[in-house]
Amino acid sequence: MCQAREDYGRRGPGRRAPPPSCPRTCVKCKEASAVVVIRVGDAFCRACFREYFVHKFRAMLGKNRVIFPGEKVLLALSGGPASSAMLRQVQEGLSRETAKRLRFVPGLVYVDEGAVCGQSPAQREENLARVEAIVQATGFPFHLAHLEQAFDLPGSILRRGPRGGDKPCPSYKEAVEDFIQQQRQEAADGDGAASLPRRLAQLRTQDVPAGEEPAAPGARLPAAARTEELLQLFEAAETLTAKEELLQMLRTHLILHTARTQGYTKVMMGDSCTRVAVKLLTNLALGRGAFLAMDTGFMDSRHGDVAVVRPMREYMAKEIAFYNHFFGVSTVITPALRAKRREKTSIHRLMEDFLLGLQAEFPSTISTVYRTGEKLSTAPAEASSEPGAEPQRCLLCLCALDTLAEEDLALEPTLIAEEAAQRPQGLAEDGCCHAGTQGSCCQSSPTPGAESRAAFLPLLCYSCRLTFKEMGHPDTLPPYVRSEAQRRSRRAEMKQQIQEFLLEDDDEDPSES
Amino acid sequence: MAAPVSLQVEFGGGAELLFDGVKKHQVTLPCQPEPWDIRNLLKWIKQNLLKERPELFMQGDSVRPGILVLINDADWELMGELDYKLQDQDNVLFISTLHGG
Repeated sequence: MCQAREDYGRRGPGRRAPPPSCPRTCVKCKEASAVVVIRVGDAFCRACFREYFVHKFRAMLGKNRVIFPGEKVLLALSGGPASSAMLRQVQEGLSRETAKRLRFVPGLVYVDEGAVCGQSPAQREENLARVEAIVQATGFPFHLAHLEQAFDLPGSILRRGPRGGDKPCPSYKEAVEDFIQQQRQEAADGDGAASLPRRLAQLRTQDVPAGEEPAAPGARLPAAARTEELLQLFEAAETLTAKEELLQMLRTHLILHTARTQGYTKVMMGDSCTRVAVKLLTNLALGRGAFLAMDTGFMDSRHGDVAVVRPMREYMAKEIAFYNHFFGVSTVITPALRAKRREKTSIHRLMEDFLLGLQAEFPSTISTVYRTGEKLSTAPAEASSEPGAEPQRCLLCLCALDTLAEEDLALEPTLIAEEAAQRPQGLAEDGCCHAGTQGSCCQSSPTPGAESRAAFLPLLCYSCRLTFKEMGHPDTLPPYVRSEAQRRSRRAEMKQQIQEFLLEDDDEDPSES
Repeated sequence: MAAPVSLQVEFGGGAELLFDGVKKHQVTLPCQPEPWDIRNLLKWIKQNLLKERPELFMQGDSVRPGILVLINDADWELMGELDYKLQDQDNVLFISTLHGG
């Protein structure tokens, strides 16, 4: 017993003295007894906590003014606590009286990642059924995507969409006024017209599940061969860090694809404050420092036509967990990517452990990291890209390439090291194809493999190069990545060939985008 | 001498995965000389309920940072954390907010 108290220099002394166990009252209403401590020592009662939570969501959207009335917004639901709480906030916002109602049109997307998280088909089915039950209760249009479908994505997903080119973007205020006027007009026109949008909305809800999903259970999951292909892709990634990045990339692309094909112009992601803080440090460690603002900011417009917003980024994971528990928000937990026992964990998890460990002893750690990240702005990067020339973008993450200046710095040595590392591996592979026919017996003969790897590198940003090195052979990559890479390489080649015939004006630009 | 204490122990947010996926556990803590507090309960859980990888649930004599503890539906920070003295029929809930496992 005494041992437990003695050997902890780690937690004991640094930790705040636990408050006395007498019941504390809520700091806000000063009446009800408190049930949750948030921020640094503020104790809230249930009712005040709820009010605070709901208000924060509306305040976030109100402050940023990027979601226009009537706009179609796709909520990316993972089944986890943050995105489930986000869904509840949107439902709350839509059920308010007219003056305070959220005015956008929500839809939901769920990406089924069960295959790579080690779930059996039965478990995946069960998870899907639970997600569907949650989704159906909302009545919002629902789009289901399996991670396996990444193999069917078009190469265009890796290109920036035209940013609302056809219609001039009105100011937020004008848009709201227009919308309200339109609504009044409809009300004046009588019932038939007024209920039209609602009827349309209903149509959409019925449309989606019937059109896409056969009702029969068992037929919902992608073909086993596809799953196998996906598993190979993840299997080939050497480190858990690369696997995590890969998963994140495929997920983002699937969500983006859903948004584009279904006509959504905004995507809401449920990153919490805790998650944003972890992501900030993780991405810094991954060499994504140049893109921190885009990767973690409130709005991310790298895809051009579809913007990602993160309205949950001021909620601590703790607040979300308490909210979900108190107000019955159901979640569906999918196990995270599993490393093999022996493997080291990923940078993502190390950072999470590190930050949460600090947070336990210094309760403002996470918010400090978050606030620091908050000061980063995407504006400079975007401003420099604005005048005429569209910058070259990374094939995988679509951020403007940051590798031009870095050629002589950290990058070059890593590339050389990479080449050296590849050679012996190539020899080993050679050994396996003793069947004779000059390497064609193996699915990947070493030399072309090395070539295609090298062909990818100029298309990638610094961080994606590092990740790419830890991923498997480029042949395991989904076709859309390969085809887009080929397209870009060809273009670059062609451009080089005709370079001397070009006038030095930036005339070639429109064709680029 | 403390009498045996009956508790409902629950796990959520993914923490249940370390306990065979079982969310609710009805437990009865045996008699022991000192009164049961959360510190002792955690030790008991580690020995009796935890199925795998204790380092994902415990750190030192407390829960791993990122795992929330609710005692009778209230934040344990309001109840004295590890020193809270368990009463018969208390409900203790552990919610994981952690991403990776």
